[in-house]
Amino acid sequence: MSQFVAALRKDLLLQWRTRSQLVAVFVFGASALLLFSFAIGPNAAALREFAGGFLWLALLLASTLALADSFESEMAQHALEGLLLLPADPRALYYGKAVANLLQLTLLGAALVPVMVVLYDAGTARVPALLGIIVLGAAGLSAPGTLYAAMTAQVRARNTLLPLLLFPLVVPALLGAVKATSLLILGDPMGQLGAWTMLLVAFDAIYWSLCGLVFERVVED
Amino acid sequence: MGKGVWPFVMAGLGLALLAWGSTWGLAFAPREAYMGEVQRIMYVHVPTAWNAMLVLTFAFACALVSLLRGGWRWDARLEAAIEAGVVLSGLVCIQGSIWARPTWGVWWDWDPRLTTTAVLLFAFGGILALRQFVDDPVKRAVWSSVAVVIAYVDVPLVYFSVRWWNSLHQLQSTPETVSRAFHWPLRINAFGVLFLLIGLVELRARLAFLRREAESAPPPPVRVAEALGGVR
Amino acid sequence: MTTLAVETIGLSRRYGRRWALSDVSLGVPAGSVVMLAGRNGSGKSTLLRVLATALRPDHGSARVAGHDVRHERDQVRRQVALLGHHSFHYEALTAHENLEIAASFLGRPCDPGLLARVGLEERADDPVSSYSAGMRKRLALARVLLQDAAVVLLDEPYGELDPPGFALLDRVIAELRSRAATVIMATHLVERGRALCDHALLLEEGRLAWSGEAALMPAEAPGGSARA
Repeated sequence: MSQFVAALRKDLLLQWRTRSQLVAVFVFGASALLLFSFAIGPNAAALREFAGGFLWLALLLASTLALADSFESEMAQHALEGLLLLPADPRALYYGKAVANLLQLTLLGAALVPVMVVLYDAGTARVPALLGIIVLGAAGLSAPGTLYAAMTAQVRARNTLLPLLLFPLVVPALLGAVKATSLLILGDPMGQLGAWTMLLVAFDAIYWSLCGLVFERVVED
Repeated sequence: MGKGVWPFVMAGLGLALLAWGSTWGLAFAPREAYMGEVQRIMYVHVPTAWNAMLVLTFAFACALVSLLRGGWRWDARLEAAIEAGVVLSGLVCIQGSIWARPTWGVWWDWDPRLTTTAVLLFAFGGILALRQFVDDPVKRAVWSSVAVVIAYVDVPLVYFSVRWWNSLHQLQSTPETVSRAFHWPLRINAFGVLFLLIGLVELRARLAFLRREAESAPPPPVRVAEALGGVR
Repeated sequence: MTTLAVETIGLSRRYGRRWALSDVSLGVPAGSVVMLAGRNGSGKSTLLRVLATALRPDHGSARVAGHDVRHERDQVRRQVALLGHHSFHYEALTAHENLEIAASFLGRPCDPGLLARVGLEERADDPVSSYSAGMRKRLALARVLLQDAAVVLLDEPYGELDPPGFALLDRVIAELRSRAATVIMATHLVERGRALCDHALLLEEGRLAWSGEAALMPAEAPGGSARA
């Protein structure tokens, strides 16, 4: 447990030190939202209807950058290997990084919401619920994303491999997050929000446990 | 790894069964009342779909054993199974499109099973790409096994999420009912694809195994006197 | 019969299609200081990394500090410190922060005097990305000292250091010896090695070519510089 705390502190410190990179990733996400709106055209009703989907697409694309960045510093001087040799518990290292990535993606998602509100006229009164969905969706991206970022950081063509491996995998989380967000924006007359939230929770529970178990095999020789 | 000719026999038997079942189904089975001739593709589509899921389940089993036991045998089978899975999934998607176009007027109807197969196609295709980019054979084996386990666990999640998502919009449903008269050609084809699959996967696994062995030859033994060298 | 801090039998490790280590069998008595010599590409770094459990052996076995490197990896790691080609630090963080992180994973407090010992106290709060190669080496040395290990593996420690850095390293090795730690040092500086070390091992193309007293190490060791 103390190793997890040490790992989390390390990762939060690293994120704080490299926070300018996060700003760049946010700008990328916001640009994506802008470009997506051009694909629909100035049709206010359509923009509002699809806003949820585009928010999560933008976040998904931005996450590949943020996740890959999170392992740059670990690989440059083999810092991660150095920690493993101390010895540090690989599971603690995984969960520290995954939680730090979760916080970062939640921050990104929350920052993109105002952009969505402005460009797509897609706001919601249920702000805490929206934040909850963002946390759950970010968790769904962070768990397998941290694992695959650790893997692909060690090989060439890493920028292509990470999205290639991650995107098909997170389809359930993406569907759940998109549907839940759209329901919050457009209204939920049939009360489906609970079901989609449950899907997200199930996905998160499964992958947060599974990826932590296998992380060691991915970073050890 | 095995050296017998049984995979060739299996593949040959599979082809024969496929020829029989397909001829029966495509040319001689009674015409389906509701959908007409286009329904005949089910004789190929359903067996392919069953076997795609079967071989991906086999890949999952190989991945688990490979992670727990190590060694090249199971990694070789894993490689063969993933490739076969990607090919069969691709075929399922193509066949599904061929069926959907005349039936619904669109190439793709977001049927939950078909959509799940498409996601699997991309997931396992990505794992094949991963294998290409990892040079160390041991890392390649471990990483692709991990990726297969993670992708396979996702299958029920993908299926249910797509089904929910689709059920809110989709008014059509994919006809699943195949009346009794049509069972035999279907079963024959299913076994045909299965035997062909087993034969081909075994042959492909043998090839992969030979490649692994070539990549990792042990060093020649050192003379005994040198073997006891060191500071003592 | 002295206890062996390090013992390998038939140790082999591939690198692509080459064998970086080929059937290496050796023993290192506890508390000794050993020079590991050999030309570039002879397998010195690979051997040290296998002993540190950073790499797994492909064939053969090795025991370090009484534990098997394959099956008792964590126990080996608690007893071993590696000063390798990669310095194991985070470029964006300061020397101070890097050491604090290592200390937090080791579960012990960070000794504030360590950075002063290695001569980094003036730049302790600058990001490591601003350091020279020699300073990074000193930071890596501080990290090794922090670990307080029974077996210390040094891979070309004198590289990148200036003359004061050489003196620092000599002092550190002397102190490790007085602590009865076992030191294995891979180096090209044969004369220095002869002066500091008890025993020597010579690797050639992944095989153990010679072993014995450091003073008797052949002068024309392939790849070694004649001057320290």
